[in-house]
Amino acid sequence: MAILEVENLGKSFGHLEVLKDISFSLDQGKVLSVIGSSGSGKTTLLRCITSLERADKGVIRVNGETVFDASSPKKESAAEERRKQLAVGLVFQNFNLFPQYTAIRNVTLAAELALRDKPDYKQNKKKYLAETREKGMELLKKVGLAEKADSYPWQLSGGQQQRVSIARALCMNPSILFFDEPTSALDPELTGEILKVIRQLTLVHMTMVIVTHEMSFARDVSDEILFMNQGVIEERGAPEQIFSAPKSVRLREFINKFND
Amino acid sequence: MTFWQITLFLLDGFKISVLIFFVTLIVGLPLGLPIAMCSMSKFKPLKAAAKVFVWVIRGVPLMLQIFIIYYVPGLVFHYQLFGQVDKYLLLNYGIEDAGRILAVLIAFAINYACYFSEIYRGGIESISVGQYEAGKVLGMMKSQVFFRVVLLQVVKRIVPPMSNEIITLIKDTALANCIMVAEVIKQANTLAATKALIWPLFYTGVFYLIFVGVLSILFNRVEKKLDFFRG
Ligand SMILES: Nc1ncnc2c1ncn2[C@@H]1O[C@H](COP(=O)(O)OP(=O)(O)OP(=O)(O)O)[C@@H](O)[C@H]1O
Ligand SMILES: [Mg+2]
Repeated sequence: MAILEVENLGKSFGHLEVLKDISFSLDQGKVLSVIGSSGSGKTTLLRCITSLERADKGVIRVNGETVFDASSPKKESAAEERRKQLAVGLVFQNFNLFPQYTAIRNVTLAAELALRDKPDYKQNKKKYLAETREKGMELLKKVGLAEKADSYPWQLSGGQQQRVSIARALCMNPSILFFDEPTSALDPELTGEILKVIRQLTLVHMTMVIVTHEMSFARDVSDEILFMNQGVIEERGAPEQIFSAPKSVRLREFINKFND
Repeated sequence: MTFWQITLFLLDGFKISVLIFFVTLIVGLPLGLPIAMCSMSKFKPLKAAAKVFVWVIRGVPLMLQIFIIYYVPGLVFHYQLFGQVDKYLLLNYGIEDAGRILAVLIAFAINYACYFSEIYRGGIESISVGQYEAGKVLGMMKSQVFFRVVLLQVVKRIVPPMSNEIITLIKDTALANCIMVAEVIKQANTLAATKALIWPLFYTGVFYLIFVGVLSILFNRVEKKLDFFRG
């Protein structure tokens, strides 16, 4: 079943048409990697799906629910918007951890704040907060940082910060987790630890969309690859096909550049 | 006059300086916030108005602003507001200089609110959009992002410029002199005029130095308190 459906998505910045009629869908538990040269619109695509940017055209559905419809004029309530927001998670290229909080608080802060929406929050506050903390610790353990729970971001390496930010995104239980070049702000020797965490997530069938320049990793971990070029999906297919038998000229050029 | 008597006499003036200092902070610190909000507003006319206001207030000497506040009611409305307040409080309560001090307080509060607003604005604008975006994708409300994520980072960034500004403030209180408010330097001048004593004028510096010293220690503490994180 398609967990993510994107239909006819379009986005312009002024006169620059960055996304042109993008349509694709993604099944539950699948991993999709988005590749393409700089400026092809990969980040913009992720930002539109995660509501950081408002698309001009198109529809986005997650779990069958319409989370975005450019043609729908009605403005949703802030609470409704937040609920839909939580269907998707996003891991940023430069982590964007909250510097004044320890690793564990970074992971749990948003979840703690979301608890307040529960009707019985006041009565069971202690229990809920304890549960959230436990969940946060578990996630930190999963990304291999249990012993760094009380460290502040500045005390962590880039790779560790990025792993905290992955745990932070997971703590909100997103249906789909998006990554925008999660390793490109890291020293090459630190990319491995992030890729390892992502690989682990594939084992538990986390649905993921990964924008990346790590071609061998994309090939290795993805169920499908989407090649973007100048705002359109130029080619889409299984990793073997994309990397071994690319159809479009552009994709062939793009892949050759990486093989050099 | 003994040294002790002179000290007490000057201290009487320094109380006024300190009064101006604290009232300016109490009014100016919060007043700076709405001005900062306006100068960051997406509504262009409001933003422009705020920017022009801040530009004028920062572009004109504070001393001139004190004169304007003090004399304008009399010149424009033919009512010497501050003179009347002076007279009223002196006759009824025996409080001296109250109207003049009030004029100084108004000028100081507005002036410093503008300086503070620029510091707030700089602090808020220096926070990366990534912080807001991270909060948003995690489903936080806008107010939660501001109070839980952004605010403390802003505070950390504005402490150094704020401490500079606040240290300048205590020294600026000497400007109240220009409309004959009996702050510490005015008191020293009185001694010079009536007792032919010059040294108390230099002695006033000690009062400022002690006050600034205490402020510096306080700000240092705050900076240390916020040292636990970077960013
Ligand atoms: N906020 C914006 N305002 C104006 N133009 C923008 C904005 N964001 C992106 N663009 C432009 O849109 C185009 C696509 O940008 P985008 O960041 O989506 O590319 P990308 O595929 O992620 O590239 P990269 O691999 O370098 O990250 C670029 O030409 C970029 O300059
Ligand atoms: Mg990008």
